[in-house]
Amino acid sequence: MSYGPMHRKEDARFIRGRGNYTDDVRLPGMLYGAILRSPHAHARIVSVDTSAAEAHPKVRAVITGQTLAGLNLAWMPTLSQDTQAVLATDKVRFQGQEVAFVVAEDAYSARDALELIDVEYEPLDAVIDARNALDPGAPVIRDDLEGRTGNHIFDWEAGDRARTDALFEQAEVTVAQDMIYPRVHPAPLETCGALADFDKVTGKLTVWCPTQAPHAHRTLYAMVAGLPEHKIRVISPDIGGGFGGKVGIYPGYVCAIVGSIVTGKPVKWMEDRSENLMSTAFARDYHMRGEVAATRDGRIQAIRVKVLADHGAFNGTAQPTKFPAGFFHVFSGSYDIEAAHCEVTGVYTNKAPGGVAYACSFRVTEAVYLVERMVDVLAAELGLDPAELRMRNLLKPEQFPYTSPTGWEYDSGDYPKALRLAMDMAGYDKLRAEQADKRARGELMGIGVSFFTEAVGAGPRKHMDILGLGMADGAELRVHPTGKAVLRVSCQSQGQGHETTFAQIVGQELGIPADDVEVVHGDTDQTPFGLGTYGSRSTPVSGAAAALVSRKVRDRAKIVAAAMLEASPDDLEWADGKWSVVGDPSAGRSMAEIALAAHSNLELPDGVEGHLDAVTVYNPPNLTYPFGAYICVVDVDPGTGQVKVRRFVAVDDCGVRINPMIVEGQIHGGLADGVGMALMQVMAFDEDGNHLGASFMDYLLPTAMECPSWELGATVTPSPTHPIGAKGVGESATVGSPAAVVNAVVDALGPYGVRHADMPLTPANVWRVVNGDPFRTDLAIP
Amino acid sequence: MRITVTVNGQPYTRDVEPRLLLVHFLRDELDLTGTHWGCDTSNCGVCTVQLDGVPVKSCTVLAVMADGHEVTTVEGLERDGELDAVQKGFVECHGLQCGFCTPGMLLTARWLLDRNPDPDEGQIREAISGQLCRCTGYENIVRSIRWAAEAGR
Repeated sequence: MSYGPMHRKEDARFIRGRGNYTDDVRLPGMLYGAILRSPHAHARIVSVDTSAAEAHPKVRAVITGQTLAGLNLAWMPTLSQDTQAVLATDKVRFQGQEVAFVVAEDAYSARDALELIDVEYEPLDAVIDARNALDPGAPVIRDDLEGRTGNHIFDWEAGDRARTDALFEQAEVTVAQDMIYPRVHPAPLETCGALADFDKVTGKLTVWCPTQAPHAHRTLYAMVAGLPEHKIRVISPDIGGGFGGKVGIYPGYVCAIVGSIVTGKPVKWMEDRSENLMSTAFARDYHMRGEVAATRDGRIQAIRVKVLADHGAFNGTAQPTKFPAGFFHVFSGSYDIEAAHCEVTGVYTNKAPGGVAYACSFRVTEAVYLVERMVDVLAAELGLDPAELRMRNLLKPEQFPYTSPTGWEYDSGDYPKALRLAMDMAGYDKLRAEQADKRARGELMGIGVSFFTEAVGAGPRKHMDILGLGMADGAELRVHPTGKAVLRVSCQSQGQGHETTFAQIVGQELGIPADDVEVVHGDTDQTPFGLGTYGSRSTPVSGAAAALVSRKVRDRAKIVAAAMLEASPDDLEWADGKWSVVGDPSAGRSMAEIALAAHSNLELPDGVEGHLDAVTVYNPPNLTYPFGAYICVVDVDPGTGQVKVRRFVAVDDCGVRINPMIVEGQIHGGLADGVGMALMQVMAFDEDGNHLGASFMDYLLPTAMECPSWELGATVTPSPTHPIGAKGVGESATVGSPAAVVNAVVDALGPYGVRHADMPLTPANVWRVVNGDPFRTDLAIP
Repeated sequence: MRITVTVNGQPYTRDVEPRLLLVHFLRDELDLTGTHWGCDTSNCGVCTVQLDGVPVKSCTVLAVMADGHEVTTVEGLERDGELDAVQKGFVECHGLQCGFCTPGMLLTARWLLDRNPDPDEGQIREAISGQLCRCTGYENIVRSIRWAAEAGR
């Protein structure tokens, strides 16, 4: 067995400081880039004077929007069929937008030269609050787009409106709640950057860049810049965390490439933390109104949602083309609901682009938060225990595969079992008793429950593509004559441990130790095409490809083994990591023996080529649907509004666990994210569009002090569609945990009549809520 | 300015700009890229090194301030081919994922164990509270440091 806890192969380099991140790559003669950014949220550019910067003795080039316009590169396509300015030509549309790019001999001089560029702006009124974006007199942000007279991007709906509305009209009980899932940022500790090296002689462009989707980048560079694709090599080396923020192409990458073409030297650009927080992909920013219809005894019948989605100044969300709101329409969640309907309207605002990032599974995060808050609102209305209300409505095991009211086909699950396990681990009844005692003493303790169903592993090519590129992943497997293997995959780890997990998959399938399998990834010249690592898709898609390509190798090995054993392949069976004649396992041939024979002078049947190497492409038949039950316990100080997360119990079912140690690590990290989003993290703006979270002094992330010791439990319900039954887990905890924390805090504040409060539940916000004056989290100052 | 800094036991003399940050001195002048750079405001701690045995955020120390002092980076933890117990602990307990915060965490962990060979969970959490990790939720970092403490007893 190769599955099970196994120390990571990656660790040997990381613990020695021998990782190789983009900023660690150095090339001879390398120059350094820096970006001048807009101080305004919305302003017309009157003039850009670069003469003083160009006169700086260490500056080699200054590139402006006008320079790029001359190359037809001032604008680039986004991942959502929109365009985004690489360097602004006409207007700036958010604070921090890219205006000019300086290339200098060293990084400090490049920064110095930014100060020498003189840009004259004519400030314009800005649209900051998405709720004002569609006002008749609102400034038009995207006047660059032909015929655009307002800030509306799209309307989209899912589900059955008539049936849903009918159920609402007849319902015994209905509840409604407005809520904001605030704008947050994934904030990986490594910022974004690129090192571009264009070789004029060979015409080859090499780009080192921490991208989660190296192959998509290569194709997009070819499409945008008109470079032949076989002359582009994207290398994504070690990545210092991605979380969805490193999927798209940022203007700085294009600038580094142009800088290299212009100067004939390699050009490295690394953004600083403020640039990262101000300009790279934000996440969420959903203004939601949820409504639930139910019977008085707590049977949920219908749910409907209206969403106003703030997409920033350019529609740059990264999600399958068909779904402008991502997978938000999985919002009926884990419950047996008759009908559901959602309407989503996307708008432009004068804020950075993005939206789908931060371990969100294409907006399943927002969907789960919505439904899990609504269930608690309903529980409060009905006077029912929120765990009991969930138990009454959860889908039952016999209902799978289950088609949801918005068209998803959930693959497998035993939801009540997971919730029961979480309640047992938490000691739910005891906690409620403790809470009652504390309330009697005036102390605020809260217990929050959430149950989530994830939708990951995008996806079936028929339904899911990004810019026309179907979301199927390739894999290549070579088996050397001595039985050691090299797996090449298209996805790219940002810390998930693919070099270990994928080796375990191959090892399991071939009957060889995982240590004998080398995993190559992150280099487009060395790996087959695929769409990359995000949306928890590595194990569901590339992991499946790794298993299937291994089985192809095994099938090839069977023919060789048959020749070795002088038997018919039909008489062989695969057992204990060997091919043997049925009934005679002792004479079986191991993969190492077969590999050597496959490269030898052994006579093979006609038409059999020899060697064992194989290639495959995995086009998933369906998504996979991990799920879980979370329980959070908080104590709230009514005097200060401080929330302390005392306990967090997380039961996850992600199907078969290849390496449970790595799975648990993924869950730990996601839980910390959930606590951070619920209690601390928010990208706030003032009324002029000034970014109020542009450093780690203002954008607060959880430390070891805010995180409890996580208590994990597991159930295992294999996916029936995945070749090894795995479902993916990278984002489950980020999806499921914020609602548990918020539900716990709202539960704690029950004595004050609180039914809802928006994230982040900072001490100031909790204190205001307690005092009946909640503030709007999208704007810092009411 | 001409400075001499002893890094991982070896003295290095360089002419540097007075404004050069220690993190850039280590990375760009000495090619010790195990020390990372993450925020510029002393919040994230991925640039943590030991200066005369005490953890500092090297993004907010000027290289000239290290003149005549001793710096230990992650590259200096392994001695004669033998990993430090904290390095082993992080492997044993899956204390790292993307690896970006790891060098800084290791140096703080080593400092903690030098002062307190048997820290409890709370003491470990407090010791690393000036450093961010976005991957592990800190759970396995705490376990890794405990592992190292027990291995050192």
